[in-house]
Amino acid sequence: MTEGTGWAVLVLPLALTAFALLALAADAAVGVRVAHARRSVAAAAADPWREVARLLVGQRRTTVAADGVLWRSGVVTVPLAALLAALVLPLGGFAAADPGVGIVWFNAMEILGWAALWTAGWGPNSPLSLIGGYRFVAQGMCYELPHMFALITAATGAGTLRVGGIVDAQAELWFVVWMPVAFVVYLISAAAMAFWGPFDAPLGRDLSGGVVAELSGVDRLVLLTGRWLLVVVAAGMAVPLFLGGGRGPLLPAWLWTLVKTALVLTFLLWSRRRFPTVRMERFTEVSWLVLLPLTILQALLVALVVLV
Amino acid sequence: MLTAVLFWLFGVSAVVFGFLVFRLDSMARVTFALLASFVFVACEVLLLGLSYLGVVIVLMMVMEMVIMAVFMIMYMMNPAGLMPMAMYHNKPGAMSVSLGTFVVLATGTFLVDWPESRGSRPSDTTKALGESLMGPQMLTMMVLGLVLFATIVATVVLATHRGRYDRFGDDLRARPDDPVPGGVRR
Repeated sequence: MTEGTGWAVLVLPLALTAFALLALAADAAVGVRVAHARRSVAAAAADPWREVARLLVGQRRTTVAADGVLWRSGVVTVPLAALLAALVLPLGGFAAADPGVGIVWFNAMEILGWAALWTAGWGPNSPLSLIGGYRFVAQGMCYELPHMFALITAATGAGTLRVGGIVDAQAELWFVVWMPVAFVVYLISAAAMAFWGPFDAPLGRDLSGGVVAELSGVDRLVLLTGRWLLVVVAAGMAVPLFLGGGRGPLLPAWLWTLVKTALVLTFLLWSRRRFPTVRMERFTEVSWLVLLPLTILQALLVALVVLV
Repeated sequence: MLTAVLFWLFGVSAVVFGFLVFRLDSMARVTFALLASFVFVACEVLLLGLSYLGVVIVLMMVMEMVIMAVFMIMYMMNPAGLMPMAMYHNKPGAMSVSLGTFVVLATGTFLVDWPESRGSRPSDTTKALGESLMGPQMLTMMVLGLVLFATIVATVVLATHRGRYDRFGDDLRARPDDPVPGGVRR
């Protein structure tokens, strides 16, 4: 695995943002078809750009007795966590960094989202945002342990915490084939960590936006961009962990990585439109009584296969 | 040179944020000042070349401090008085005790006769740590795990409002009428 610092600083944020914008445009276009609206798909695909321009010139909202420090730092931490987690994301044998503890680094950086969402909800001194922030902490308590076991299962199968090593270990057999439970749990937790799809209760409509209820202008743009970056990074990480990295016939490795990331992202976009928002008390019980035992069994099975 | 600069930067920042825990006037800010202090300690650990321990400190501390913020705010005597609040009572006494302890400990680090490092550095510190935990320190870790697990079970048993006899009746046959239904229809 080649590492490059220039890659980290220049290319990575741009590439991730471009990927997120493409996905956003595709999602908006699909939205038109789903709603049977009488608009051209091209016009709908331009909606995200129009929204970005609107938010850039929009006024930043202030609230009474807000905790500005925690509020703004929470908002900024969302995209920051996504970018830091993306540092270990390989793109066909090339990554910003490939440390020996890559998996742990990825996990630690996406957990920054816990602090980010809670402080972003706490900051504006508004009940709706506050409830949204607390909802994300509850959601974190549910998805995090199964998520950690899914990551650890892939690391156990490869015998290393290095992301490049995990890709190399899938030369013969992709991990998704013999760790299907871990893969499915990873996809669920990927959506939950990006407060995405059926797990968007922290930003729920019933809270008129929850954490983002009091955000406007560039603040709102930063947090929502961070959310798209998080979902792109989470989808991108599924590729080296379970889908064999850049392996595939004919196409070069970097293109395969992009194609696979796009496929995982398409699934996440689809599941957002397909499933209704999951309530926290339901997800808690399902994750602790179903997902957690399943992932422990999966980890045990993989450990036995590795040992024997 | 760069290492020395970073060491002092992280060290001083950790102490400053640790001190801010007792100066800030909101429980939320206090919690995240403590988190910042821990993150700077993690940076020191990373500087020592212990990448696994450093990253794990960040991982655990973010989770712990967010959960701690929830509990600290929940248990405040006057939740309406979240801002302003003070972390200490008996200000002069508390300040002199904490500053005195800090000075004693800090002086101690200069007076102690530190041992020379023996042997060579392992190439993979993560592996060395794992082998130590799963080898010579296995008994410690097993006992620690059991104690923690027993504590969790005991706390949940003591704290739970409705046990299974409340839910299912005396002969455990009634259909539970839960205030919050849950997800798996038990």
